Amino acid sequence: MTIEKTASAGTLESSDILVTVEKGEPKKGVVIKLTSSVSKQFGKQIKTVITECVQTLGFEDLIVTAVDSGALDCTIRARVKTAIYRACGSTDYVWEA
Amino acid sequence: MEERLRRTMMFVPGNNPGMIQDAHIYNCDSIMFDLEDSVSIAEKDGARMLVYHALKTIDHESKEVVVRINSLDTPVGREDLQAMVRANVDVIRLPKTEKAEDVVLCDQLIEAIEREIGREVGSTKMMAAIESALGVLNAREIASASKRLIGIALGAEDYVTDLKTNRSPEGIELLFARCMILQAARASGIACLDTVYSDVNNEEGLIAEVKLIKQLGFDGKSIINPRQIQPIVDIFTPTAKEIEKSLSIVEAIKEAQSKGSGVISLNGKMIDRPIVLRAQRVLALAKAAKILKAEEIDNVF
Repeated sequence: MTIEKTASAGTLESSDILVTVEKGEPKKGVVIKLTSSVSKQFGKQIKTVITECVQTLGFEDLIVTAVDSGALDCTIRARVKTAIYRACGSTDYVWEA
Repeated sequence: MEERLRRTMMFVPGNNPGMIQDAHIYNCDSIMFDLEDSVSIAEKDGARMLVYHALKTIDHESKEVVVRINSLDTPVGREDLQAMVRANVDVIRLPKTEKAEDVVLCDQLIEAIEREIGREVGSTKMMAAIESALGVLNAREIASASKRLIGIALGAEDYVTDLKTNRSPEGIELLFARCMILQAARASGIACLDTVYSDVNNEEGLIAEVKLIKQLGFDGKSIINPRQIQPIVDIFTPTAKEIEKSLSIVEAIKEAQSKGSGVISLNGKMIDRPIVLRAQRVLALAKAAKILKAEEIDNVF
C-alpha cells in the first residue's frame, strides 16, 4: 500500500481519537503530533501504540496527527489503521484471526 | 441448541468507542454491536475496524456478543463477515433476511472463513432478523435453514413500512408477524427475539409491550438503551410463588425418578413433561435474575 492522499478517521468525542495521516519525508520515520488531555500520563503509550500500528501496516515514514479524547489502545489501533487504509484508497484489509 | 437466556439484547452503535467500551458494564444478556443502520455509509470501514479491535481486546465475560453486519449483497457486508468471524464473535446477526437462501449463503461464507483460519466449523453462530412481509411468510424455512442459527428476531421498523402502515402503541400491526416468527422459532427449537421499543422515555409503554411478548412466548427483546434493561428483567423474573412451585415440581420428579416411578404426582395433581419443562424454565430465569443460587438449581436438575 502507498499513501495517495491525506486522510482521517475517528472523532473528537470522548473516548475517541481523531487521527490524520499524511505522507512523511523519506528517512524521517514516523512523526507523531499528539494532542491529548492525558498526554502527561499516557502520551508515551499512545505514541507507542500509533508507531506499532503504522509499522505493522508496513510504513516507515509517515506523519500522524492525533487528537486524543481518552481513547483505549484498541480504539487508537482501529482509528490509525482506518486512516491509513483511507489514505491509501485501499480495501485490501488484513484481518488477523 | 445451546440453552441460554436472551431476555435483553442491547444494540450498541459500532462507531461509538465510548459506548462500545462501556457496554459490558450493563446487565444485559447479549450485547449487539451494530455495523448496519446506526452507521453511516462513509463510516462503515471505521466502525468495522473499531468493533474488530474491541472484540479482540475487551473481555465481555459471560455475555453473548453479537454483531449485526450489513447485507451480504454488498461488499461491505462480506467484509464485515471476514472481520467479525476472525475477531471470534459469538453470533453474526444477518439483517433483512427474506428467504432461507440468505441464511444458507451466510452459513457457507462463515464456514469458508472458519476453515481458512482454523476456527472450529460451526462455532460461529447466527441470528436472522426478519424485517419484511416476505421474510415473515418465509419464517419457517428461514428458521430451519442452518444449524448455526440460535434465534430469529423481528425488526419492526422496516416491517411496518413494508406493510404500508406504522407502529401503534398496541402493536396490533405486528401481531401476525410476531406469531409467525414465534411459531417458526419454536418449531425449529431456536430462540425468538422481539423488536426494539423505540420510545426510550415511555417506560409504561415498554412494560406493556414486554408483558405482551412474554405472554406470547418470546425469549426477550432487542433494546436500544440500558435504561430498558431492568423493566424487561423484572417482567421476565419469576415471582416467589412461581419459583416455589417450580422447585416443588422439579424435586418431585427427581424423587420419582430415583424410585423408578413412572407416574408422578404433586399435591394430588399429575405432573407431566410440559409442566416439568415450564418449571425448569422458571428456575433458569430465577437463576439468571440471581434470585436462586447456582447450587440450589443444580440440586434440582
